[in-house]
Amino acid sequence: MTVEAERITRRFGDAAALDGVDLAVREGELVALLGPSGSGKTTLLRVIAGLEGTDAGRLRIAGQDMAGVPARERGIGVVFQHYALFRHMKVADNIAFGLDVRPRATRPDRAAIADRVAALLDLVQIPELAQRYPDQLSGGQRQRVALARALAIEPRLLLLDEPFGALDALVRRDVRRWVRGLQERLGITTILVTHDQEEAMEMADRVAVMERGRIVQFDAPAALLEHPATPFVAGFIGDAAQLPCRIAGGVAHFDPLPIAPLPVSLADGPGTAFLRPAELLAEPGGSAVVRLLRPQGGGELHLVVEAAGQVLDARAAPGTRLARGDACHLVPRGGRVFPGAT
Amino acid sequence: MSARFRSAAEDAPWARALLALAAVTIGILILALPLAAVFTEALRRGWGVLRAALAEEDTMAAIRLTLVVAAIAVPINTIGGLAACWAIAKHDFPGRRLLVVLVELPFSVSPVISGLVFVLIFGAQGWLGPWLQARDVQIIFALPGLVLATIFVTFPFVARTVLPLMQEQGREEEEAAATLGASGWQIFRRVTLPNIRWALLSGVLLCNARAMGEFGAVSVVSGHVRGMTNTMPLHVEILYNEYQFAGAFAVAALLALLGLVTLAAKTVLERRGRRA
Repeated sequence: MTVEAERITRRFGDAAALDGVDLAVREGELVALLGPSGSGKTTLLRVIAGLEGTDAGRLRIAGQDMAGVPARERGIGVVFQHYALFRHMKVADNIAFGLDVRPRATRPDRAAIADRVAALLDLVQIPELAQRYPDQLSGGQRQRVALARALAIEPRLLLLDEPFGALDALVRRDVRRWVRGLQERLGITTILVTHDQEEAMEMADRVAVMERGRIVQFDAPAALLEHPATPFVAGFIGDAAQLPCRIAGGVAHFDPLPIAPLPVSLADGPGTAFLRPAELLAEPGGSAVVRLLRPQGGGELHLVVEAAGQVLDARAAPGTRLARGDACHLVPRGGRVFPGAT
Repeated sequence: MSARFRSAAEDAPWARALLALAAVTIGILILALPLAAVFTEALRRGWGVLRAALAEEDTMAAIRLTLVVAAIAVPINTIGGLAACWAIAKHDFPGRRLLVVLVELPFSVSPVISGLVFVLIFGAQGWLGPWLQARDVQIIFALPGLVLATIFVTFPFVARTVLPLMQEQGREEEEAAATLGASGWQIFRRVTLPNIRWALLSGVLLCNARAMGEFGAVSVVSGHVRGMTNTMPLHVEILYNEYQFAGAFAVAALLALLGLVTLAAKTVLERRGRRA
């Protein structure tokens, strides 16, 4: 099911949580809303769910205008950040809730609901937990219950608000791959809110990067990495170091930093460069000093170097003879440069 | 040689013993002893006298009236308190903070003053007095006045017991229920109410105990018409002032007993609530 947001604005007092957001999600797609906290991503998700009103703009889901349609009539499955399981209900009753509250005319009979709950428990691989209460479950198990509960209403659209944030790092990676697999199998349009770029890049077909209530770029993960639209995106994606530079004659100069010049196609003047660790190659000799190093496998080293009072992450190619305390300089293999100082 | 180490927050044994002793002494002297005195005084002349004193016509009327007032005031305050909590904890609206303050107002105003306010509004010389008199409606010195005064004084009990729990639980479960298709009433009945049920019961019991025991506000609006507008606490005072100690202590003991039963029920419920 498609989601189209046009110029959506939502103010809390004087501050605009959403400031004219445009977003078009295609059928069956998984879109991640990525941004730092306070960028408006959760507010946008809540607007789509119908839990938050708008001050301006239009929202259409499957072509239908959502103005005046309350959350309970939207048929959207939501997995909340802290899962929001009904604490006084057993797992099976939690999952059955969306079917139990239907008006009599459309409510399946008891046996049909029980079958559906059993099927959903199998789908999320926790059939043995049906009679437990939420406070007897681990974080990962609660997350599966929340997902099954949202899927029980056969939603046309699935919204996930930081769904992996409460899980520890090891579990998180497994769970998100599993969720992505499930989403593909069910073919359900999904919008995911996250502040973790690795999560967004790995899971999403397209990522909407949000900054202060706006979507600054909406693109496939690879395109975000290669062609960031703004300095904010360039800095936010890919752990890039932000460095001031001076552009002259089609080349960016980094002095006093011991970084070799980088060819660019920009007019002369001040600039801001974003260089990722993998794009900065350290070579022996120069005014930078190796402070820490970590083998990356295959002979490559990850280095932390100090140069002109600044700490930078860089790499050293296999065979490079560098040790802690050695002098070095840096050669950029690529990078993104924006005109103007920041 | 084994040494026992105390944690930093732990007091010395003698200090703990002293504090515990002080607390227990004060508890016995101020709380338990007077209560015990009421019961021994009531029973001093034997069961027969006690039963006779309670069976007296005006006393029976006072007991009936007290139960009627509580039976009207407690449900109203339960619904009103729940509505206030629901509005404050689950919704944003202009005047929300004002409502929080209003809920606590009866706690901070002397009950006598609340009684006087009702006399000022509904009494014969009050704002609505002539209008009411013209229509032959009696509020002050009658049951409606007693109920109004009791509602006012006991309003905070349900709200103050339930509100902190509701605020702590937040709105997420209600929002989840809404996205799953539940109506407002379904959300309240199936999600909100079960989550607060033990706190609610405990608030209702406290409200009931106070409704039966309220003296100040009720005293102002009652008019002390024997057998008509005297509730149990007022009746105790009248009997005592008339040196009818047997009757006074009999009614007092019954009132205290009702309070103790309420307290016991509340304690049991809270224990169950902690387990659930």
